[in-house]
Amino acid sequence: MDPLALALVELGAVVFCLGLLARLAGRIGMSPIPLYLVGGLAFGAGGFVKLDGMHEFAHLSGEIGVILLLLMLGLEYTASELVTGLRRSWQAGVMDFVLNFIPGAGLAVFLGWGLVGAIVMGGVTYISSSGIAAKVITDLGRIGNRETPVVLSILVFEDLAMAIYLPILTAILAGVGFLGGLQTVGIALAVVTVVLVIALRHGHRVSQAVHSENSEVFLLNVLGLALLVAGIASALQVSAAVGAFMLGIAISGATAHNATRILEPLRDLFAAIFFVAFGLNTDPTSIPPVLGWALVLAVLTAATKMMTGFWAAKRAGIAVPGRFRAGAALIARGEFSIVIAGLAVASGAVPDELAALATAYVLIMAILGPLAARFVEPVVKALRKSPGAPPRTPERTPA
Amino acid sequence: MNVDETELPGLGVRKDFVTASGRRIGVVELREGETELFVSTWDDPDTCQASIPLTADEASTLGNLLGGQHIAMRLAEAHREVPGIVTRQFSITPDSPFVNQPMGKAQIRTRSGVSIVAIMREGEVVPSPAPDVVLHPGDLLVAVGTQEGLDSAADILRNG
Repeated sequence: MDPLALALVELGAVVFCLGLLARLAGRIGMSPIPLYLVGGLAFGAGGFVKLDGMHEFAHLSGEIGVILLLLMLGLEYTASELVTGLRRSWQAGVMDFVLNFIPGAGLAVFLGWGLVGAIVMGGVTYISSSGIAAKVITDLGRIGNRETPVVLSILVFEDLAMAIYLPILTAILAGVGFLGGLQTVGIALAVVTVVLVIALRHGHRVSQAVHSENSEVFLLNVLGLALLVAGIASALQVSAAVGAFMLGIAISGATAHNATRILEPLRDLFAAIFFVAFGLNTDPTSIPPVLGWALVLAVLTAATKMMTGFWAAKRAGIAVPGRFRAGAALIARGEFSIVIAGLAVASGAVPDELAALATAYVLIMAILGPLAARFVEPVVKALRKSPGAPPRTPERTPA
Repeated sequence: MNVDETELPGLGVRKDFVTASGRRIGVVELREGETELFVSTWDDPDTCQASIPLTADEASTLGNLLGGQHIAMRLAEAHREVPGIVTRQFSITPDSPFVNQPMGKAQIRTRSGVSIVAIMREGEVVPSPAPDVVLHPGDLLVAVGTQEGLDSAADILRNG
């Protein structure tokens, strides 16, 4: 087969399989991310079939997938929401960071992966999956719950933290020294501040610049601008993903809604390819040796997220069951942990075991998170129903 | 009534209040334009017993059912079966001769045989208004009568 035909057949087969996996995930009500990862593991390096024809395409598509993931994340929030979220929840956000960064970073140091490995693994265990959390909240009918704003504020804080963390990570992975690192952090902080100010004051102008009634023009405008900004950000060593995220924040109002609607199918496609590409580059035989550590990390960081949510909800005056619900909603890790691990693996600055550990960890957490969110309530209720508790009277007896 | 407004970053805005019976009830206005209606459980006001997604149409229908519009619709429905009886709504224009006058001054019942059964004012309903109710511009009068009677009532309200 000539290279083009081979690439097309491979890509077609992979995308078709992703469709089947997404359908399966929808049927059993879970996030498709772990299935995509497993799909990627099954093929590629060390898997059943080696897919060489589509390698180049998968690589670039994966990069675009990351850019779109972050762009859409930025579109979801308005600048004012970010600022109020930051003001309302920074204590919980800091606590979240400390409690959940340390387990990953500590394990990396323990396994001898050095400072770079520690910063990568800390990021992997720190960031919750806002995609999975939002879906869990909607699916379980908890939109109106009192603890929901607490959970969402923590997610907002995490996403803003990513805007600082990713440039630092990019700089460290590129091997710049302490001074270079400081410089990048300075640039990142300045860019984030400038974009927030622009978005707060002149967000409508940025929106106007990309807006068009014609959906084709609009799509090309937004996508082109996103890739352009991401490319420039990447050239400035600020990380392509952060550039896209900040663009998403700057676009607001009706334009942001339309952009979300129009970009969603593209994001789904490219992000799926990104997860598969990550799995493709991970040798499945490297997973069993790290599985034990992944489980330890899973239990530990499920507990630390639970503590974070519990503490934040308690501060917001939520009763005990709601505190547990808030904690459980934060447990899921997903797309952004893989984005971080993917950046690290692509740079070659971390050992291969890190990719395996991150994959196994996200596989566990993406499945465990929604389950924990669903079952925490009945479990807490059963535990609290001690025999000595007085019977509760309903507000009205049915006639 | 004290309605709490809470921003839900990325999702929308939650508006709710606590009822006299201790339940929290409210809506979440989602970004996509949908509305989520929710009611808290009786034993844990933090959580929801029901969370019901409503389309824009459904939400406005529910609003009308709960609000004043309900009455006019029911009246129209009730009189549809009686031959010759019609329900009509008259709005009081700023140039009507009866603006800021008691309604009785127009003598609508005497002159046209039409009954004014309700006045809707700023989203609130004044049922069976007495003749001394003062008419304001923008008021909506719900009237019941014959076709001819309603025509002459409209003429009275417009031209005195």
